[in-house]
Amino acid sequence: MENENFVTIEGKRVAIEGERNLLELIRKANFNIVTFCYHPELAVYGACRLCLVEVEGMGIVASCTVAPRPGMKVRVNSDEIRKLRRINLELLLSSGNHNCTLCSKSGNCKLQKLAKDMDVTEIRFKSKKLDSHKDATSAALVRDHSKCILCGNCVRICNEVQGIGAIDFAFRGFRAKIATAFNKELGESHECVSCGQCARVCPTGALMPNSSEIEEVFKAINNPKKKVAVHIAPAVRVGLGEIFGLPQGKNIDGKIAAALRMLGFDYVYDTAFAADLTIVEEATEFLERFKKGVNLPQLTSCCPAWVNYVEKFTPEFIPNLSTARSPMQMMGPVIKADYVERGGKREDLVVVAVMPCSAKKSECKREEFYVDGNPDTDYVVTTVGLARMIKEAGIDLANLENEWFDMPFGTKTGAGVIFGASGGVMEAALRYALAELDPEGARSVKFTSLRENSTFKEKEITVGDIKIRVAVVSGLKNARKLLDDIKAGKNKYDFIEVMSCQGGCVAGAGQPQFEGWSARKKRAEGLYQEDTELAYKSQDNSGVMALYGRVLDKIGGKKAHQLLHTHYTDRKDRTGK
Amino acid sequence: MNDRFKPAMQILKDHGYDSAKLIPILQKVQDAYTYLPEDIMRFIANELEISPAKVFGVATFFAHFATSPKGKHIIKVCNGTACHVKGSAAVINTVREKLKLKDGQDTTEDAMFTLECVSCLGACGLAPVMVVDDVVHGQITPAKAAEYIDEVVKAEAAHGN
Repeated sequence: MENENFVTIEGKRVAIEGERNLLELIRKANFNIVTFCYHPELAVYGACRLCLVEVEGMGIVASCTVAPRPGMKVRVNSDEIRKLRRINLELLLSSGNHNCTLCSKSGNCKLQKLAKDMDVTEIRFKSKKLDSHKDATSAALVRDHSKCILCGNCVRICNEVQGIGAIDFAFRGFRAKIATAFNKELGESHECVSCGQCARVCPTGALMPNSSEIEEVFKAINNPKKKVAVHIAPAVRVGLGEIFGLPQGKNIDGKIAAALRMLGFDYVYDTAFAADLTIVEEATEFLERFKKGVNLPQLTSCCPAWVNYVEKFTPEFIPNLSTARSPMQMMGPVIKADYVERGGKREDLVVVAVMPCSAKKSECKREEFYVDGNPDTDYVVTTVGLARMIKEAGIDLANLENEWFDMPFGTKTGAGVIFGASGGVMEAALRYALAELDPEGARSVKFTSLRENSTFKEKEITVGDIKIRVAVVSGLKNARKLLDDIKAGKNKYDFIEVMSCQGGCVAGAGQPQFEGWSARKKRAEGLYQEDTELAYKSQDNSGVMALYGRVLDKIGGKKAHQLLHTHYTDRKDRTGK
Repeated sequence: MNDRFKPAMQILKDHGYDSAKLIPILQKVQDAYTYLPEDIMRFIANELEISPAKVFGVATFFAHFATSPKGKHIIKVCNGTACHVKGSAAVINTVREKLKLKDGQDTTEDAMFTLECVSCLGACGLAPVMVVDDVVHGQITPAKAAEYIDEVVKAEAAHGN
């Protein structure tokens, strides 16, 4: 007997293999229907009406909302469906400002792609009155309501994955829009933590990382009175290449170093250097807390959106946050201190960080990261922002010869590089800590379970008679659940890594847009590959150790604390309390 | 706790802190505070453990809810089918002009009047209908509407001094 578990799509039999909805099955059959509100990482919503199909006996349905049943006969391109799809697209196009040549999202916009695929050359409907207000008040993100098609992806990821709900639908009918609480500008939103995952799932140019610094960076480069240092985060080297036609996840740090010099940066450094430095301080801090049994579990603090979250929603855990600064905020002061030591003036050196992240843009503006009005990090450019700079300068990135990072901030270990993947910071910290606790046995501990493609991972490590319980979570809703369980006494850990973006920094809002886990996996693999070619643990970063001798003095000491540690502020909303 | 939040707290208690009852809670809050003030909505959201953006979304979806203070006197003009056919649009225009309300503005600058255009008051036999501070006036004309507003203004002037 032949397997009867199939659906007929445009006359072709397609086996049902656990697909959640008809749309997934249709896509499996290589009918790549473009949709806006359907996102594989989010709940089904059924609003954009572009996945309409005709099912015999059912009529016209939104295929994302229908479960596949054996025997279904589906038409994807009947006359009626083609007509409806075009009308729906034209209605969306008439609802806003979709002037593609004047939009940063051009070339990477789903609405533009669909209009091109369907060869829409005129819109029969009159445009509604546009909300032309652009909100650039947040350092991290820019909103342009005139480009919003109300697909709700941003609302759902903020609720479902981050558990925050900083934005939601508000008002009604033609006035309906995505709004923060009380329709405040994003920069004034109490709830927004700047993680930017809303921008990552936005199909149009309605929500994007703020790219206003790019102009300032070009100006600094062209200013003869300034020297400009740049450093790139681990996730950037495995994210940038795909924009230039290179394989997704391929590590192109050598080409990036070359391109940065061609752009005119004076010093080209690697943030992985500072990641090693963060590990030295953070793991030392952990060992102290662990031995004394205070402020456990220690929570990592290198993800700025996570720090914002703790300050705004769970300030009772502030004592648990590591006081070690993030790599970016260690790199800035160290580069500037070194420049001053060599006879330069602090304000003459501009430090630019290239990050996969939108929240890093707000992190560098925190007041504790300024010295006499001069910031430790002057500008943050995203991976996509760097691509724009490289393109504007006409640099043929894909064909560049590899170059090295500059010394003394170009040395790194594998521990510093794997920071970009969820689980990487924990693994790097444990490599350091275990080597301090048990130099003999440390190398035999494997971290396979921390590298899985999962948003919640845990591990118990035994060294002699010591047991260390660690957890790794990504996505803020998962983090909140973990903290709630700890408060309720359901779980106990010694050390927890939290990344706001599911999968870690490789999936940050500053990276080229993607859907699903395959991109995260490829990018993480790029980092773990580089790890195998480098020294194993942060102690082995000769540049970092030399820096302690030259500038920082003792690990975890007074000078190190002054430059490399920070403090946090309770920002919880207690209206009415 | 600040006294200002006590009525809201009582309403939350009466509804068992159930976020599924957000709409009835907001109705009661509006009764108590005459509109939905931002700090009260934020308080409600925090207590119900839902996002303030969600509360704001609900509050702005339904015409019944007001997110800005209303005037001392509420004028409702019905624009339901029967009233519309009998000429309520002209009444609404006259009231707007008389109260000097700009586009999108429902409450006068001096916070004395709020105009609400409602969909049906259930008094279709009297169409068109206008309600001034809960007193129903039937078969209204633009001229009569203006007179009723003048009466309120006069009474205010008499009370005020």
